[in-house]
Amino acid sequence: MGARALAGRIRSGEVSALEVIDNCLAEISKRDSTIHAFVHVAYEKAREEAKEIDAKIAAGEDPGVLAGVPVALKDNLCTKAAPTTCSSKILENWVPPYDATVVTKLKAAGAVIVGKTNMDEFAMGSSTEHSAFGPTLNPRDTSRVPGGSSGGSASAVADGMVTLALGSDTGGSIRQPASFCGVVGIKPTYGSVSRYGLVAFASSLDQIGPLAGNVDDATMLLEVVSGWDPLDSTSLQRPSFILDSVSREGVKGIKVGILNELVDLVDNEVATQVRKAADLLDSEGAAVEDVSMTSIGWGIPAYYLIASAEASSNLSRYDGVRYGLRVEGANATLMNSFTRAKGFGAEVKRRIMLGTYALSAGYYDAYYAKAQKIRTLIIQDFQRVYERFDALLAPTTPSVAFLLGEKLTDPLAMYLSDICTVPSSLAGHPAMNIPFGTASGGLPVGIQIMAPALGEASMLKVAKTLEQASQGGFQ
Amino acid sequence: MANNEANHNKHIISSDDVVHVAALARLELSEDEVELFTSQLGVVLDYATVISAVDTTDVTPCSHPLPLQNVLRADEPKPGLNRQDVLAQAPLVEDGRFRVPPILGGVP
Repeated sequence: MGARALAGRIRSGEVSALEVIDNCLAEISKRDSTIHAFVHVAYEKAREEAKEIDAKIAAGEDPGVLAGVPVALKDNLCTKAAPTTCSSKILENWVPPYDATVVTKLKAAGAVIVGKTNMDEFAMGSSTEHSAFGPTLNPRDTSRVPGGSSGGSASAVADGMVTLALGSDTGGSIRQPASFCGVVGIKPTYGSVSRYGLVAFASSLDQIGPLAGNVDDATMLLEVVSGWDPLDSTSLQRPSFILDSVSREGVKGIKVGILNELVDLVDNEVATQVRKAADLLDSEGAAVEDVSMTSIGWGIPAYYLIASAEASSNLSRYDGVRYGLRVEGANATLMNSFTRAKGFGAEVKRRIMLGTYALSAGYYDAYYAKAQKIRTLIIQDFQRVYERFDALLAPTTPSVAFLLGEKLTDPLAMYLSDICTVPSSLAGHPAMNIPFGTASGGLPVGIQIMAPALGEASMLKVAKTLEQASQGGFQ
Repeated sequence: MANNEANHNKHIISSDDVVHVAALARLELSEDEVELFTSQLGVVLDYATVISAVDTTDVTPCSHPLPLQNVLRADEPKPGLNRQDVLAQAPLVEDGRFRVPPILGGVP
């Protein structure tokens, strides 16, 4: 059942929030021993929150638009009541002294937080295999990865354990797992959702966004968490999104570009679905046309240099002094080095090393500064394309979900699985995944819809049209 | 020529570079890790040559996707985080402060 319908039943007293949450927790305890989507389930706290919602309803108070709806949070979102580990040993026992703004907003809307989901350590990865607490499995095929880094959130939604989840997306970490698990995932415009309380990875790229079973639910969650926040100086000074009704307006007259470079480099069965989606949008009245962006191929090197450089700076805060793990050493430098050696996993160390190298004397211009200039060129290329188009269509991932272990020992192969998602991230633009049909093995294929900054309305019109066609059996 | 290029790529980052960078990043690496990262970072940096050939003369570097400007707020006093809550999460505290080993030199 969709989030709005579920909240409606709870608000009207047809079913109690406690019944809904008890069912949800029972599903999690039954299914999650296989999937491992969660690193922490808030069994007691969630029931308490559900009882509070029921009490509000009984007292005639407004319990909020998401009253009693179970929501899962990626474990890099700070929660005062629960551990926040980023799936890292270095934060294994950390309980933040404050709630992230998105958590405050969810609570105000009546949502019940049922747990924290597994992720690649510090959101660095594309498979959730880089979690210090073991991998999450893809509920569509448990021999495969759920994608990452928001793999726990995507699989919790895909397996029906929760109605809604929040993830974070730096270079594709919401869209790619949404694609692999067959759910809707939105990376909104940079700055549209407050990042206060999101543990920082790469600050010029990080953005929080929703994962859900359908476009309406994802839109509703985006509306609830978006909007200006004085606690995040990079948040846009504009009100929360109002997108629900506009997303139903259809695509008549909307100009959609098909990004040739990305369609050409992905597996055939993925490319076929993108072409089918394009034909469908055309038949629904959109003006569909192929478009080329030569800078697309520069996205991966630019992204990995910039994101790693920012990560090496952001993660310097894990020094064994104020929170998290500490391994003693004879002086502060040794204590820092021993702590970080024991606390960080291999992928996090690799990114810190790459970023530190790219920023170091003698290499700064060749790597970091070069990547920043390439970023400008990619943004200019998008500007040129968006003069002619309202939205762009592309694959979300080069293939369907890959096998566990398939790319684990080959970092570059893992990085290249983000090739379709990093361009919009570098530009700060909104982009989303919508499931659209399946490949030969029955695995979900995801279509990516991109739009210029604050172009969420056009993006969602396209998504809603594709979703309706999918549900109508067109694939 | 092809041989030289292959040679060059292989040594794009040396194990000495990796040891130096690890010290800058405050990461104690094992010998195995130094060897592994030297090879893996070499592959990734080699891939980055895709962009080194692109002409970026007169291109302004982008550090942020939004036009950044100073964000001001009213200077009104309000409570910060609770001191006890914050210190409760620290690995070692003394007299209401974080305790750290000597910053300079070796054993105290």
